[in-house]
Amino acid sequence: MRQLARTVVGALITILTSSFIVFAALSASPGNAATILAGNRATPKTIKEIAHRYGLDQPFLSRYVHWLGGAIHGNFGISLQYRVSVASLLKPRIGTTFMLITLAGIIILVLGIGSAIAATRFPRLGMPVTIGSGLFIAVPTFVAALILVELFALQVSWFPVLGTSSGSITDRLWHLTLPAFALALSWAAFVAQISRASLRGEANREHVQTARGRGLTESQVFRRHVLRNGAIPIVTVFGLTIAGLVAGSVVVEQAFGIDGIGSFLVQSVAAKDTNCVMAIALILVVCFVVVTAIADMVYWLLDPRVRSGLGR
Amino acid sequence: MSVVEELVLEPPTFVQRARRGEPLVYVLSGILVLIVLCALFAPLLAPFPPNHGNILAANLGPSGAHWLGTDQLGRDILSRLLYGARLSLLGPTMIIVFATTFAVALAISSVWIGGWFDQAVARLLDTLFAFPGLLLAILAVAMIGPGLLAPVIALTLAYTPYIARVVRTVALRERHLAYVESCQVVGLSGWQICFRHLIPNVSPIVLAQATIAFGSALVDLAAISYLGLGVQPPQAEWGLMVSDGQSALLNGSPWESLSACVMIIVVVLSVNILGERIALRNERAA
Repeated sequence: MRQLARTVVGALITILTSSFIVFAALSASPGNAATILAGNRATPKTIKEIAHRYGLDQPFLSRYVHWLGGAIHGNFGISLQYRVSVASLLKPRIGTTFMLITLAGIIILVLGIGSAIAATRFPRLGMPVTIGSGLFIAVPTFVAALILVELFALQVSWFPVLGTSSGSITDRLWHLTLPAFALALSWAAFVAQISRASLRGEANREHVQTARGRGLTESQVFRRHVLRNGAIPIVTVFGLTIAGLVAGSVVVEQAFGIDGIGSFLVQSVAAKDTNCVMAIALILVVCFVVVTAIADMVYWLLDPRVRSGLGR
Repeated sequence: MSVVEELVLEPPTFVQRARRGEPLVYVLSGILVLIVLCALFAPLLAPFPPNHGNILAANLGPSGAHWLGTDQLGRDILSRLLYGARLSLLGPTMIIVFATTFAVALAISSVWIGGWFDQAVARLLDTLFAFPGLLLAILAVAMIGPGLLAPVIALTLAYTPYIARVVRTVALRERHLAYVESCQVVGLSGWQICFRHLIPNVSPIVLAQATIAFGSALVDLAAISYLGLGVQPPQAEWGLMVSDGQSALLNGSPWESLSACVMIIVVVLSVNILGERIALRNERAA
């Protein structure tokens, strides 16, 4: 229980610190918000009025507190680019990004951990998995995106080339399949390498030999003794991976023209829409911290040695 | 006399090492050296100026005149690839040089001073480690504006903890070995011990970590250019070429995007394998 509290408090502190950094960094960015909101033909007087209306003439700290207070209630202010509330712009996009990341996570789980398990159980598969994971880990997300489009959307038209569909759920999934694979590929290779090292390390331990000596079948030995212990570092790495997917989704969405919060972040940066940039940055950071914290807690649940304070 | 001479141990020569089963390392190093040479001598090697284009000869396939074809503005892709190597390699090199310097300075000083300073540095590194470099770089661009400067600063920040954590662990072990104490007894100052003994002793680990980090830095930086937030057109850079060629790829001429993709993969793959080999050798030596 104390461990749990410590993780939660640590996560909250990180979120608070990073929210301050995000705000401090971006409220100092070029292009004063009031000037942008006022438009091209604004007089100094109207700029001043607008600055006052949105509280932009307040001192820095009070603006921060105001912004953070709003953010907690899901109010991120007005988009400088579209003149509507940031929240209304983000709401439809978050779902798409969430679906993309979930899909990529499932692919990583199946491909990454699956190939690691296969390579440990059947040593003949070891070499192909080593070569495959070594190769795919070097393929950046956007490169994977283009190559997948060239192969599976242009050469053989199995999948749509670009864009999202607003239609049925199966149609949306179909549109997100290639992007999810592009996003998952190098991370799946990374997970495969780490999981394999972990499982292999576990498979050579004495208790596994003992289990074999007791006459358990190979699959029983693997499931009960190798996989259970080997899974502990895999969970940590998987948490890190999901966090990396959150950042990687920005690139994939841009590559495939998917209208999620990642591509919206890039668009907002290009348009100097600081309110949107701050909101998305904060959301991504929160996702990041929460995922890491959950991975910490699962790690703690899985490993009784950590729980009882014996350490490793 | 001659017998004694033969017994003197000499470090293995280049050829001996290559025979001993490290040919892959030499092939990969050769590829990387070749690419660096291409970048350095791009003006001599490139058949055309990188920004010289003929719009009437756009999106051509490979031919005798244009070995890799032309892009959507009719510029020679091979020439742009060669010139592109300059910015594509310069950025990650800067990031890794800066990040390694900071990381070693932070790690060694925190290990040497110890106490609360060490705790504070460890905490700082953990916090920085929590941020993905790509996100940091995008925020830096939002703050400073597009170009090479903002992502290089942000990625330097992102890669410092990546290297510093490992260096700190190794330096901590090294710090408590007997030779450090004997140096102190002899009367060497802290600076002398750190610079003459501690840093040289952790340098193989630093090299391995920095090499692997170079690959990820190149990928992150190319991704930023790909997003249109880094190096701006008409400059030649591989990430930018991938995105420039994307519309041509969708219209059936994939040469620009795919050749830039291949260059990125070749460099990252070579660097990754080299880094792993160096790390493996360190492990065996330890």
